[in-house]
Amino acid sequence: MIPEIGQFALIIALCLTFCLGCFAFLGAHKDNPEYMALVSPLTHAQFIFVVVAFFCLAYSFLVDDFSVLYVASNSHSELPTLFKFSAVWGAHEGSLLLWILILTIWMVLVANFSKALPRPFISRVLGVLGVLNFGFLLFTLMTSNPFERIYPAPFNGSDLNPLLQDIGLAIHPPILYMGYVGFAVAYAFAVAVMLSGKLDQRWARWTRPWTTAAWLFLTIGIALGSWWAYYELGWGGWWFWDPVENASFMPWLIGTALIHSLAVTEKRGLFKSWTLLLAISAFSLSLLGTFLVRSGILISVHAFATDPARGIFILMLLCIVIGGALVLYALRAPSIDESVGFNALSRETFLLLNNVLLVIAATLILLGTLFPLVLEVFNGSKISIGPPWFELAMIVPMIPLILLISLGMNTFWVEQSTHDLRRKLQIPFVLSILLGLIIPFYFYGKVTLLLAVGSISAIWIMLSSILPLIKKCQSSSGRKSLNRSIFGMTLAHFGLGCFVFGVTIVSAFNIESDQRLSPGESIFVAGYQYQLRDLKNIKGPNYEAVEAEIDIYKDGNFLTQLRPQKRTYRVQKSPMTEAGIVAGWNRDLFVALGEDLGDGSWSIRIQYKPMIRWIWFGCFIMAMGGLIAITDKRYRRTKSLT
Amino acid sequence: MTKFIPIIIFTIMLPIFFVGLSRNKSELPSPLIGKTIPSFSLPSLLDPSITIDQKSINGKFVLFNVWATWCVGCREEHEFLMDLSQRKEITIIGLNWRDNRADALNWLVNLGNPYEISIEDKLGRTAIDWGVYGAPETFLINSNGIIIHKHLGPLSEEDWNGDFKPLIMAKQR
Repeated sequence: MIPEIGQFALIIALCLTFCLGCFAFLGAHKDNPEYMALVSPLTHAQFIFVVVAFFCLAYSFLVDDFSVLYVASNSHSELPTLFKFSAVWGAHEGSLLLWILILTIWMVLVANFSKALPRPFISRVLGVLGVLNFGFLLFTLMTSNPFERIYPAPFNGSDLNPLLQDIGLAIHPPILYMGYVGFAVAYAFAVAVMLSGKLDQRWARWTRPWTTAAWLFLTIGIALGSWWAYYELGWGGWWFWDPVENASFMPWLIGTALIHSLAVTEKRGLFKSWTLLLAISAFSLSLLGTFLVRSGILISVHAFATDPARGIFILMLLCIVIGGALVLYALRAPSIDESVGFNALSRETFLLLNNVLLVIAATLILLGTLFPLVLEVFNGSKISIGPPWFELAMIVPMIPLILLISLGMNTFWVEQSTHDLRRKLQIPFVLSILLGLIIPFYFYGKVTLLLAVGSISAIWIMLSSILPLIKKCQSSSGRKSLNRSIFGMTLAHFGLGCFVFGVTIVSAFNIESDQRLSPGESIFVAGYQYQLRDLKNIKGPNYEAVEAEIDIYKDGNFLTQLRPQKRTYRVQKSPMTEAGIVAGWNRDLFVALGEDLGDGSWSIRIQYKPMIRWIWFGCFIMAMGGLIAITDKRYRRTKSLT
Repeated sequence: MTKFIPIIIFTIMLPIFFVGLSRNKSELPSPLIGKTIPSFSLPSLLDPSITIDQKSINGKFVLFNVWATWCVGCREEHEFLMDLSQRKEITIIGLNWRDNRADALNWLVNLGNPYEISIEDKLGRTAIDWGVYGAPETFLINSNGIIIHKHLGPLSEEDWNGDFKPLIMAKQR
């Protein structure tokens, strides 16, 4: 009964989004206030029905209703309760429902926080989002219905993919989707303004907080995914350049470019059509990411063959959403930016360079991701062109980018005197060269060229991101003009500095050692002694595992005991590595069990990872910067806007 | 006019997806099939002081496997390669592509070494001559040193029985 209620709720939501689209566009077009008054209630109503559908599916999981096909193929009665809940988005159908739920959450937020915006404009925005949701609801109901029944119902389910039975991956998709789908709001703002044709600086101010909000979720989502890969995949790497990761990284890069170009559009009225194009691209890449890669359409040709309707539907949806917006862009984007000039040395120039470099980086990743995918579609096999290519493609645009950040942040709009800039940045520049060389040399005893470039630019970003704040605090008028936007900007760039520092140090001084150990034996890696005490067979709720007890000593003193596991999940029979990790602000010790070598000994991978926490900590700080920026007062000033 | 560029790029990309959907799994033709193997001269992975060139491949059927430790697909096919080498059905030669020597040696020690000969192609030059798109890739070379088949992606028992074995049988008959 419950699954049928869920399905029925989805059908009602579909009808509601259809009405929403009609009333929103008709109302805005004819300037009919009665039609437009319906937009907000309809938005709330479709949200409520989607929530009902979502919880019906969750309920089916929690009560082990294996007569629902999707539950039967992604759950098992022995699955821990938490993972029964997160299994809702464990495969294609459910993650689509999660996507829809999150889209409706954003829609309700837009409806509630944009009451002061011109009625026709906000109607069009919600209309665009409503049509989008209509498309996805139709897709779900026609090709990917999560409530489909199976008869006779199997006695038990075939269990959730063991890789997904982890707290990190349970919370990762919702946050990542908040980011992906969040860019739909910026997209809708762009489409709405192209339809009404009045792109002014106010538009940029309305769009900015939404873009930053989506960006901050995406930042946290990507960081969580990287952290999960680090401790769960058992390799100790934190980024693998696989299509799923790239799919989330591309919209992040374009979203970052969008945030900066919106700043120029708001403050100076420049880059208007460029900003529109970025807003469309950020969401297009999010769509490409979730539907061509994440749901496995391009990854596995076989999954596709079972239901060709699904792929054709997705392509049609992409065609309408991306193609439609780009046609609108070609016809309606402002052709020439107003002739407001700016000097060669000005913040505008640096932000333009920032945009160009970020777009280059995203394009290179897109090429590297699509090339094997295209090949795979033709050939049906999985190959990777490998990290070497991506690392090179990243380093080339990123090094100039991180060097320019400091200049851009400390330059005025319109015009900046070279002399002034040099005086301002002299001391931080010298300081960052000194610290950038001394810190790695003093703590790790080695400096190479790439390492020096990395650590100098990391410290360079951190120091110069605080400068604007210090400058403002020095005069009383400056203190008055201090706002959350500036705090946010400072914090976000400081976080980037931490991130770059972490990446630099961990890639230069990471120590990795694969060893053969029998119980009782011990070895030294990077100054730490690892002793394998014992190996035990243990039983988890739905898996069996071999657990090693490894004591770690530093200078003869007992530090801690790690218990890495090698698990075999009972239903799916797949082996999983649970690494043992001692985390610290300045280093991680990482132990993973390899293979049983037969004679009682095991191959064990031991890693020393200096400063690796700074990578995720940096991302977190960046996201916090975004959070502070969106709480700035000027986004909440409501009366003066209309 | 510049405003039309984005929609033009998107229009070019769409057919790729459409074609990809309608086409079935098919072989990617390699211009090298039917040709003699490209010449090379590279250090051995196990002992860099030894140099290996194309002559060491001549004279028998050989499986030429391109792999790297950073490649997930290679990890996937490794177990099958181990199996194949223990059955002694064919000589397997490994080309370690754009990799770190220490990592590669660790891999062979921990997971087993299916290769009779291991070659190190640190800079990826030889892989370019062989037309390697990515790892893993596997070539089948006959006793005259001619490439007769190329396989993209992880190799499995199914691929071996379906694609490779018939070719070897046909030549031996």
